[in-house]
Amino acid sequence: MADYLLLLVGMGLVTYLPRWLPLHYLSRQSLPEWFVQWLELIPAAILSALLLPALIIGGDTGRLDLLRPELWVALPTFAFAWWTRSLGGTVVVGMLLFWLAEKVDPQWLAWVG
Amino acid sequence: MTSISSASRSTVIKDGLNAGWPICLGYLPIGMAFGVLAQKAGLSAIQIGLMSILVFAGSAQFIAVAMLAAGASAPAIITTTFVVNLRHVLMSSALAVYLRAAHRGVLALFAYGVTDESFAVNLPRFHAHTWNLPRAMVVNHAANLVWFFSTVTGGIGGRFIPEGALGIDYALIAMFICLLVFQLRKRIHLLTALIAGLSAVGLALVIPGNSYIVIASIIAATTGVIIQRSRPGSNPKNG
Repeated sequence: MADYLLLLVGMGLVTYLPRWLPLHYLSRQSLPEWFVQWLELIPAAILSALLLPALIIGGDTGRLDLLRPELWVALPTFAFAWWTRSLGGTVVVGMLLFWLAEKVDPQWLAWVG
Repeated sequence: MTSISSASRSTVIKDGLNAGWPICLGYLPIGMAFGVLAQKAGLSAIQIGLMSILVFAGSAQFIAVAMLAAGASAPAIITTTFVVNLRHVLMSSALAVYLRAAHRGVLALFAYGVTDESFAVNLPRFHAHTWNLPRAMVVNHAANLVWFFSTVTGGIGGRFIPEGALGIDYALIAMFICLLVFQLRKRIHLLTALIAGLSAVGLALVIPGNSYIVIASIIAATTGVIIQRSRPGSNPKNG
């Protein structure tokens, strides 16, 4: 247990420092304009970089897979989010569509594609 | 801003929970799945709970448990955790722009709860000036509580939610889709998102681990700034 606690403290530190140091230092500095512009684009970039691979790369295979329900459900979910701009609504609609898509045999998509 | 900062404690908690519930919903199945895996890897419920409190990082915890089960050394696990969580540097940097007046002790507490999910929920609200640090703290710590309890529950009793029930596994993806839509305010954001997404996919296919997130985000934001600044007559302040 002592070894395990030491491991957790180590993991905790290397997780906490990247979260804390920028908040601690950058919130007091006056940042150059290009850097503020850069930070302003970071959310769109990060969200897209997190999302797209999760949609089109198979979790088990690590390969490109355009037949995943995650991808096909994302299209109507995206449209719903675009028109309604409702976070709660999008989460519920996305879950519902994904639940329905999981009930459908994914094989038929191969025929369409 | 005055109405935001003078609101009562219960309003602050309500606003935070209103913003943060999709995170909590999404954490339930993932947290339980983690608990089940960790238990199979030989961790007790107490050990699982301690990890969720001291580390609080979903993907890093999954990887750590897999490495523990495979008999990896502590330095190897800690190094991997560091690399996996380095992307939070970008998120905290982006959040810092909106937290200039904040007390440093409160910031230190807030930093603990900076995750992909809380970042994505809090940042657009800060940007729209409808948000402040107490509300963001409620989001972060509500998410942390749900994460803690769902991982421990998974560790004690296995999955209480049957596999794939009600599409709950899609909750976080749907949340990210909507939050990405919120970010697409101008053409430059759309362009940046496209570059980031495509390069992330390309990189994810060729390099192991999750460093593709940081690399793709830096490539895309840098390209975006270069495009913005090279466009004649553009007003970067509104970029």
